[in-house]
This record gives sequence, structure tokens and C-alpha cells, in this order.
Amino acid sequence: MTTTEMMTLKTEPFVLNFGPVHPSTHGVYRMRATLDGEVILDIEPVVGYLHRGIEKLAEERTFSGFIPLTDRLDYISPMSNNLAYCLAVEKLAGIKIPERGEYLRVIMAELQRLANHCVAVGSFLNDCGAYYTPFMYTFREREKIVDLFDMVCGQRLTYNYMRIGGVSQDIPEEFLPALKKLVKQLARFIEEYERLLKQNEILLARTKGVGILSRETAINCGISGPVARASGVAWDLRKADSYSVYDRFQFDIPVGEAGDSYDRYRVRIEEMRQSLRIIEQAMKDVPGGPVRAELPHLIRPPRGEAYGHLEAPKGELGFYIVSDGSIAPYRCHIRPTSLINLSALREMVKGWKVADLIAIFGSIDITMGEVDR
Amino acid sequence: MTFWPGNYWWHWLFYAAVIIVFVLLMVMGAIYFERRGLGRMQSRLGPNRTGPFGLLQPVADAVKVLLKENLVPDKADKLVHWLAPVVAFAPVLMIFAVIPFQNGALLADLNIGILFIVAVSSVATIGVFMAGWGSSNKYSLLGAMRNVAAVVSYEMPLALSVVATVLVAGTMSMNGIVQGQTIPYILLQPLGFLIFFAAGCAEINRSPFDLMEADQELVAGFHTEYSGMKFAMFYLVEYAEAIAISAIITTLFLSGWKGPWLTPWLWFIIKVFVVFFLMIWTRATFPRVRIDQLMAFAWKFLFPLALINLFVTAAQVLVWPDGLPWYVIFINFAIMGILILAWSKLFKLGLGRSEV
Repeated sequence: MTTTEMMTLKTEPFVLNFGPVHPSTHGVYRMRATLDGEVILDIEPVVGYLHRGIEKLAEERTFSGFIPLTDRLDYISPMSNNLAYCLAVEKLAGIKIPERGEYLRVIMAELQRLANHCVAVGSFLNDCGAYYTPFMYTFREREKIVDLFDMVCGQRLTYNYMRIGGVSQDIPEEFLPALKKLVKQLARFIEEYERLLKQNEILLARTKGVGILSRETAINCGISGPVARASGVAWDLRKADSYSVYDRFQFDIPVGEAGDSYDRYRVRIEEMRQSLRIIEQAMKDVPGGPVRAELPHLIRPPRGEAYGHLEAPKGELGFYIVSDGSIAPYRCHIRPTSLINLSALREMVKGWKVADLIAIFGSIDITMGEVDR
Repeated sequence: MTFWPGNYWWHWLFYAAVIIVFVLLMVMGAIYFERRGLGRMQSRLGPNRTGPFGLLQPVADAVKVLLKENLVPDKADKLVHWLAPVVAFAPVLMIFAVIPFQNGALLADLNIGILFIVAVSSVATIGVFMAGWGSSNKYSLLGAMRNVAAVVSYEMPLALSVVATVLVAGTMSMNGIVQGQTIPYILLQPLGFLIFFAAGCAEINRSPFDLMEADQELVAGFHTEYSGMKFAMFYLVEYAEAIAISAIITTLFLSGWKGPWLTPWLWFIIKVFVVFFLMIWTRATFPRVRIDQLMAFAWKFLFPLALINLFVTAAQVLVWPDGLPWYVIFINFAIMGILILAWSKLFKLGLGRSEV
């Protein structure tokens, strides 16, 4: 045996299972990671542990009866799911929504974006190892937003607020003052998150240049939402294919450059500020009038198909609905944001360490309810 | 010598009992302190249901964990798995043997006290590695490997910063070091204090260097497969080590039991908790570093700084052989500032992507 042969230890890669039950896979995601010591050679995602057949269930329900089930998709942001489905059905049936309904929808959707990004940022920083402090801080603010939702629809998690043709009920009198107060507070709280960790050396070392998603890969994989925007793709459906009354508001699309974990975190924080801007404009001129179009109890959209999509907090969420003229969809397909955003994970984590796997995974921000449907 | 009850063996028996009771009580205090402190920092209450202000929470925790079933994995190395908590716990208790609670009140006033601590404290690592290996769990093994790597690397800057303090004090006896501190050595050795604190945190796996438990990636690290009494032992070790490092810092840098008005041992406990509070504070704030960054921080940042600190201190001791004058405080703070700034500019924590 030569000296070099004696010096080189024989090593071999081993397989480590992350999940389905693991503290930071955000649900029941499973990764079979092939590791060389601490370095990730490859990961093999395994999904489907939370499959509930929601697309099939849609065929068994009436058009409006499916709305509560959309709450269970991305349970971090049910308002957006409600809205995306309603947009699809309204497109199919050609329903016009009253002004007040449109404004309420925008306010709720943007509040939902704030709540979702609170969870996303908090759990991402937690995944980087900050022991629950950012998590508790962001959940403190999410709680206030959830209180507002509770005020309008009586629910704290599965809101079931949007209806085909508007929203389920008008807002109570105390809602707008409470919203005004919250918007004022939130701007300050976002500053607080920033002060806590924005320039922290360890966070920069852990996230800057880590898990880079190139612009090309982002486009090729169909990535959308903050993840795509952090990679420099200025694609936001609120502007690219404006729906509801978003064309009336002024807001910017924050775009990152490097496409690393840090940019994804920055883009989310910036989006929270933009959402506040939209809410401020929207609540100033909420018109009076009905909140819901006069529609029969059972909607029978004409034969045909429609695809309604919106900019959900996590990216493009779409519902593709085929109607055969009956009271239930003939087929309903959901374009899940989380699943498609996850498809780039393998490219992003290769060659990084085990700790980075968790941080990169956290920076994508997924909900298993939506991945597995 | 005050506090010298009876003959040799009575002394040993008495202080052995004192140390065990002290460590257990301090650990309970630390657990309560940490959970409440973290709660306050994270805008929540922390435990407040058991007893007044939740003071009995550590007792409740202990009872709960003692009543739990003791699970041993099927493929585990039973003997190693069983022995690991003991091996990890014994050295921590031994550290307290040379720590003075007040003047002369310690189990053994070794004239190589600090050397004894440096030697004994690393033995706990063997216990941790036994736990990682004996569990036959990949998470545990990864955590244990990380721990060994961290401890081996951080021993260097830790020992070097201790050597600088010993140079200033002119003795290795822990009691002697405290007696020598007319001004706390944190003022004469600010850089040494920071290095010791950072390296100490890494040795005992406190955040931001708590890689061996890294609950986000490794579930619970080396004690993933432990439950019941054996888990309680590791929990105890974790906090006893934190208390031990706080006590060593108190003795080396914060003039130990010295202080006005209060009785010495009270001063000692107060100072230990102040240092422990710093650890809670960093835990509540910082994200965790990665394993390669941990290594880089030890070898590229702390180690050279500790070496320079040692040389500077040695030169100062040469220039002023009869004890350092007070204006050295300003010189040393200036040196610390310049060195840290310079190194922060030169040195970035590694990016660490490997080509696959």
C-alpha cells in the first residue's frame, strides 16, 4: 500500500430520510437525501402523504359547495384559494361582481398575503436556526390579521369568505377602523423584523449566495411568486394579467437579483410593504352597495371550460374548471403553487450542506396541503 | 482558610455534597431562568402555571421525564447507549471541584486548577459521541460527529485565551486567580473574554453553535434516541455545562466571588447568572452557523486572535512584571477593537458549496 492510499479514507455516500415526520419539512414532505458526510449529493422528493383527492371531491359538489374545500388547500392562505376558485367560476359563468365586493376581495387577499408572508418569513428564519424568536414575532402580527378575518367571517383558519359573485357577508362597522389601526402598526412591526436580523452576519453567511435559482431554471420549471421574483423574473399576475380591481392601485413588484435564499427573504419583506400600500389605497375608497351579485342558489354555468388564476402569496394559483352545464364541475384541476415551486428544490440544494437543505427548503415557502391536495 | 470543616475526609464529603446540590439547584434555576427569559424575549409568557410564577416548572419537568418509559432502539449498542449519559455527566461535575464559591471554599485548590478544567471538560465529548454511535441512528451520528469536530477545534482558542489569563494572574490555581483580580480580568483581557465566551458556547453547544442538536435538521441530534431518565441526564449535562462555563468565566474574568456588600457566594451566583443570561440572549437572537462556518470561525477567526492576544499579553507581562497598570485597560480595549475590525474585513464565513 502506498502512502497516498493509506492516507485516503474510503468513504461512501449514505441515504438519510428527511420526513415524512420531521420538525422542519413543514408538514409531511419527505426527502430521501443521499449524503456524502454533510454534503448533499442528491435528493429524491416523495410526496402524497396528505393526498385527500380534493380535485375529485370537486366533481361531487355543487359549484359553491366546493369553496370550503379550497380552504384546505393552502391552509396558510385560504382567502386567496377561495378567490382563485371564485374567479374561475365567474369567468366560466360570466358573472359580474359589485364594486364593494371587489374592494373587499382585494383587501382580504392582501391581508392574506401579509399573514402568509409573516408565516413564511418567520418559519424561514426559524429554519436558519434562529430559535423561535422571529417566528413568535411574526406570528404575533399574523394573529392580529387573523382577528380581523374572524371579525368578517367568524373563522380563524378556514375562512370560507369568498362567494361566487362576491363575498359571503358585508364587513361589520368596526372592521375599517380596526384595519386602519392595524395597517399603521404593521409598518412598524415590519421594521422590527428588519432590525432583528436583516444585517445579521450569521444570517448573511447562511443565506447569501446559498441555494441559487437561476432565472432560466425558474422560468423553465414554471416557478412563480416570490421565489421567481427573487430570481429576477418580474412576473406578478396582479399586473401581468390583472384581475379584480388591482389595476386601480399603485404598487411595485419587488424583484431580487441573485436568486438566493436571502433574496427570497428580502422579496417577501418588500411584498409585505407593497401589500400595505394596496390596502391603504383600497380602504380609502371602499364604495357602498351590495357585496354579492344576485345569483340563484345553484349556479349552472354554460357548457365550456375556464382557467382562473391569481397571484396567491406563494405564486400563481390556478383553477381549471370544465362544466357540462350541470350544478357540479365536470372536472376541476388545480395548479398548485407549492408543488411547482418545489420542483426546483433538487437543483437548488445539490452540493450544499445538510443545514442548507433545510434553509433552502424553508425559503421556498410551501404548504403540504397544497402540494398533495 | 475559612470554611474548613474538620479533617481531610470530612472536607471531601462536605464539598462533594455541596457541589452536587449546587449543580442540581443551579440547573433547576437555569432551566427556569432560561425558559422565562426566552419567553420574555419572544413576546410570550413562558411557563407560569406550576407554583408561584411557574417556579416549580423544573420540578414538574423532572418528574415528567423520570416517569417516561425508557426506550432503547433495537439495533442500538445497549451498553454504550446506557453508559453514554454517565460518561457525559461525570466530567461536568468534576469541573466544579476546582471552582471557588468563596475565598478558599472549594473541593480541591489544585495549583493546576485551570489545566484540570481544560483537561476534564473535553471528556464529556466522549459521552456525547458514545450516545451518537450507540443509538445507531444517522441523525444521532451526524450530531455526534459535529460535536467532536467542534470540540476539538474550539479547545485551541479556549485554551489559548485561558493561557493569557494565567499569564496575567501568575498562577493556575482558580482560587489564586480570583485573589489576584484587583480589577476584573474582563477589563485587562477583553479579547480573551470574548474568545473564551464564543469558544465556550461552541464547546457546550449553545446557540449560535448548537449544531449537534440542530433541531431543524437533525431532529434532536445525538440524543434523538434517548428517553426517560437517560434523556434527563443529557438535559442535565447540557445545563450543567452551561453553568460550568458560566462559573469558569466568572472565576477567570469577572473576579469570581469578589464584590462589595453581599456575601461572596451570593456574588458568585449572581455573576454566573449574568453570564448565563448572555447565553440566553444570543440563543434568542442569532441564527445557527453551518458546520463548515463553525470550523472556519474557530480556525480562521478565533485561533489567530487568541494567538495574538497571547503574544500581546506576554509582552505586557514582560514590560510590567509587577502587575499590569490600570491604563493597560485602554490599550487592550483598543487592540481588541482594531483586531476584530481588521479580521472582520479580511475574513468572511465560507460559502462552502461542493461540486457534485
